[in-house]
Parts: sequence; structure tokens; C-alpha cells
Amino acid sequence: MDGVLQVKQLTMDFGGLRALNRVDLRVRREEIVALIGPNGAGKTTFFNCVTGIHRPRGGEISIAPPGGKTRRINGAKIHHVTELGMARTFQNIRLFPQMTVLENVMIGRHCRAKAGVLGAVLRDRRTRAEEERIVGRSHEILVTFGLAGQADELAKNLSYGDQRRLEIARALATEPFLLLLDEPAAGMNPRETAELEALILQIRAEEKISILMIEHDMRIVMSLSDRIFVLDHGEMIAEGTAPEVRANPAVIRAYLGEDFDAPA
Amino acid sequence: MKDLKESLLVALWFIFLTFPIMVIRVNTIEQVVEWRWHNMALAGIGGFLLSFLWRLSLNRRERGRPSADASSPDLRAAGGRLWTDPRIRRPAWAALALLAIAFPFLFSSYQTNIMTTALIYVMLGLGLNIVVGLAGLLDLGYVAFYAVGAYSYALLNYHFGLGFWMALPVGALLGALFGILLGFPVLRLRGDYLAIVTLGFGEIIRLILENWNAFSFGPSGISNIPRPGFFGIALSLHQATVYLYYLMIALCLFTVFVVDRLQHSRIGRAWVALREDEVACEAMGIDKTRTKLTAFALGATWAGMVGVIFAAKTTFINPASFTFMESALILSIVVLGGMGSITGVILGAFLLILTPEYLRAFSAYRMLLFGTAMVLMMIFRPQGIVTNVRRVYRFSAPKGKGDETVRA
Repeated sequence: MDGVLQVKQLTMDFGGLRALNRVDLRVRREEIVALIGPNGAGKTTFFNCVTGIHRPRGGEISIAPPGGKTRRINGAKIHHVTELGMARTFQNIRLFPQMTVLENVMIGRHCRAKAGVLGAVLRDRRTRAEEERIVGRSHEILVTFGLAGQADELAKNLSYGDQRRLEIARALATEPFLLLLDEPAAGMNPRETAELEALILQIRAEEKISILMIEHDMRIVMSLSDRIFVLDHGEMIAEGTAPEVRANPAVIRAYLGEDFDAPA
Repeated sequence: MKDLKESLLVALWFIFLTFPIMVIRVNTIEQVVEWRWHNMALAGIGGFLLSFLWRLSLNRRERGRPSADASSPDLRAAGGRLWTDPRIRRPAWAALALLAIAFPFLFSSYQTNIMTTALIYVMLGLGLNIVVGLAGLLDLGYVAFYAVGAYSYALLNYHFGLGFWMALPVGALLGALFGILLGFPVLRLRGDYLAIVTLGFGEIIRLILENWNAFSFGPSGISNIPRPGFFGIALSLHQATVYLYYLMIALCLFTVFVVDRLQHSRIGRAWVALREDEVACEAMGIDKTRTKLTAFALGATWAGMVGVIFAAKTTFINPASFTFMESALILSIVVLGGMGSITGVILGAFLLILTPEYLRAFSAYRMLLFGTAMVLMMIFRPQGIVTNVRRVYRFSAPKGKGDETVRA
């Protein structure tokens, strides 16, 4: 199978509320997949379950990194999931505001480095070389994202669009095989959105990774996605390519309401 | 103009409030009422001036805010240049080093003793700075580790005759162990809840030491703890004081060295990230459990070490030295000096320990002044005396091989 992420019958409850009900989803290699749905459909909950922030009530989440073997990651710790190769961004930006832009990206390299307390204090050759690699690679990523000029700026001083891009840069620094973007275009103006589109395509082409994104901006969803999954009230109601989903009556009902074609 | 009017109102209100106590005095002997009008004038003018000053500085702060972001890099750069300029920096360092070395010869034993105490707090501040300043874990029970260090030396010496130099690493190790012991139950907590649990932990340690007579000799404490040895040579009291002073200087330098390196390492970055955003930190692949425990353990290590020195310095310890007030004092040092900044913590320690010593005349007002200073700090400079400047990395090598040097 060429699916890097395979979710089967995922179920999640909050108290008595069923947030996700037997959700299936699959992301293939180097594929851009969008997860859409009305507000409160359970999209972010789905992300949280996959990345280990929530422990799902039932179902199977398994990953198959390119060149690695398939494994089940239900209930794995968050940092462990990242280490395995799935990095995410957040709906409301969660950078480290008091750290510089470069340091933010360097944090992403954390799980790919090993230096411990002793190495930090003695600063031996191996630790120094590792630090150099971290700084070098982080800088490279910043260049790709066009943020290198602001490397020493505090993250909180960046413009909104730049902060969103920095979040993606930071996630990319963890060397993921699957990047999960939670509303990457939220709050962006049309020009920034267009730039983001180009950036996402560039990331996929250069890094050869898959991307799973939650997005409300239908233009970006329709133009970027290879496949689209539609979630409503915790149920996966549709799956397919952009034209297929656009024509799907269940999707139209979910977005526009039950009575949409009644008067016609 | 508006400020003047408001201040005038405040002054009138002050006059009204102080009228009964400051102006009217009933002379019970002469059976007359004395009217002290000059007091009223004083209250009025004083109230007016204070209120006006207060408003003025608040306004300046408000106005300064929008431009602060624009101007501070320049200012910082200027400060940085001043600091990195070898013509200024080298003599400054040399003078400081010379003063530190010459101190015991220039001043009395008493002064040296005070300085040693200040240095002890420098080390404690730097240790707590790891936990509070870098990792952002508000620890109100830090003094517990200090007590662990002090008692480990005292008890090991009492029962097994262990010397100072043997006890120093043991104290540090036990401190770290207790740090981890405290760290485990509080892994899930943050903010206020963490503060309360650590506060409780500090009190538990103190109460155990106070009540478990068979173990710690209770409130009467342990006396006759030997001072640090110097290759088996017997030292006079003055010599011992000087020796301990130099020892503390050396240990402080060691602490600064280690903390600085930790701060600018992979682990230090992880601490700061943890402070900034716990969820994002975990999502970026940082093991929260491990990072928190390292912070607690490394912070406590210094407290354990200083505890041993404290026991050796005073030659007598009892639980009264390890009350919550100590924790609060160390925390104040970190907050006042500037969280996360080594220079700031050192300045804070000297300020908070030396000022009360040299202003003994005002000792009655110590807590009052202390509180006022804290409130003013929080309003006008919440980031502390010295702001922690993030490190700047430079890339000179070709792409992919970044070379890093410190500029700030």
C-alpha cells in the first residue's frame, strides 16, 4: 500500500458528545489532501487524535513512513508522533513569541538532535558540529520560506502572514513525511493566500512529502487538493476529487442546509 | 493640565483623610485642642507632588510604549556595542576581577562575610533561574533543596565524619534527586497550581526537619559543622572567612559558566520553548516530561550545592533557616533581576542582599521598602532590571554549513 497515513473507524467522545464517529481517511505518498467541513464538524479534533493530543476512544491510526514499516500509533505521545514524522501547525498560531525566528525553527530540529546536559556543558566537538548542523539547516529552511532576512527578529514581531509561514517552517524542520496544516490560510489576504498556495506546492515538490490540511478557503482547497474529505457532525460524509466533492449532494446539504433545492 | 487637576484632587483627598490624625491633636493635660495647620499643608503638598510624579511617569511609560519596539533595538545595540567594545569591556572586566580578588584585603572580615552571603544568593538565584526564568515553572519551594544540601552535609558529617569536599558533590546529587522527586508529581501542573504544590513541598521538607527529632535533631538543629578544609591546614576564623569567600567566587564563576552553556544549548532552547508554549513545544517533538525533569533536577543541583556551603559557613543549621521567606527572597532576586538573564540575576542578588545589610538604619522599614520596590518594578519594568536578549546566530560558511558566533 502507498498510504502514509491510514485512519480506520476513528471514534472520539468528549463526555457524552461524540465528536468523531467511525471516521476513515487515507493519505497517500506526496499527495495533498484537504479535510473540510462546517464549523464544529470535528476537523481539529481529528488532527488532535492523529497527532496524539487526544487519545481516541476507538479505531485504528497507522502510519507507514516512506521506506519504513507500518505501525499503529493510537495513544502515542505527542512528541513521539512528531519524531515518527508527522508535524503539524495550529489553527491559532502557536509560535514561541519571545524566541527569535531562527530559534523557532531550531526547536523543530530538536527531535533530530541528541546533545544532552553533559554535551551542553562540555561543548565537545560532536555537540558543536551538531549545533552547526541545526543552525545551518534551520537557516536553509528560512531561506526557502523567504524569512531569512528576519532570522534574528523575535517571532512576536513578525506580521501575521509571516507568523503563519514561520509555523509551517518550524513544522517542516522536524523532517516530517506528512505535514498537517490546520487552517493555514486563515486570516490571510488574497495575495498572501496565493503565496501560500505556491509555497505548499513547492514544499511538496522539494521535500517529497504528503500534506493534510484543514481549510475553509474553498479556492485554495479546490485548486491544491488531490483529494478532499468532508466531515460533518463527526461523520465522514464524502470523499473524492474536487469536482466530485463539489457535485456531491450530501456536501451541499451540509454546507447550505437541508432545504437548499426544495424551492427549485 | 488634566494631570494637575487630578493631582490637586488627590491632594485634597489626602488632606481630608489625614485631617483627623495629622491636624487635630487633643492635649489632654491642658484640656485644649491643638490645630497643627502646617501638617495639613505638608500632607497636601506631599500628596500633590507624589501623585503628580506618579502620573508623569505613568504617562511617560504609556507614550514610550509605541516607540519602544522601534527604539529598543538601537538602544540594545548601543548597549551591546558598549559591552562588546574591547576598549571598554576589557578594563571593566579587569577592574571587576581585581576588586573581587582584593575585596577581603580591603575590607573587614565582617564585610567579606556579607559578600560571601551575597554570593551564596547569586548561586541560588542562578539555580532558580533555570527553573523559573528559563523553563517558566514557578517554583515556590526552592528552599527545600537548599535545606536538603545543608542537612546532607551536616548529617553525613555528624554520622560518618564526611568532609566538606566529599559532601559538596553528594549534596548536589541529593538536590538533583529531590528535584526529580518533586518533578514527577507536578509534571501535569502549571502556573498557579504548580506554585501551590511546590510551596507545599517546601513546607513539607521544613516540617519534616522540624519534627523528626531522631533524624534531624528537630528545631535545635545541628551545630559544630566543620568549615571547609584547606589541605588539612588549620585556619583561623578570619582566614576561614577569606577562604570561603574565594571558594564562593570560584563556585559562582563555575555556575555562571555552566548555566550560560546550558542556556545556549539544545536543552536550554527546549526550556525556553516549554516556557513559551507547552503544547506547541510538545508538537515540535520535545519530550515535555524529560525537559521539565531536567530543569527541576539541574535547578535543584545548585541549591543542594549551596546548601552544603551554607552549612559549612554558618557551622550551625536548623529548620528556621529554610522558611518560605527564603524561597520568596530567591524568587524576588530572579524576578527583580530579570528572568532568564544571568547578569540580571547577579545584580538582583547583590541588590537584595547587600542593600538591607548596608541600610541597617532603615531596617524597620525594610519590608515596606521591599514591597514598594517590587510594586514599582512590576509597573514600570516588569521584565526585570536586565532584559534577556536572545542570542544571534551568524552564518558565514556556505549554505548548509552554518557557522555560529555570539554577537549579543
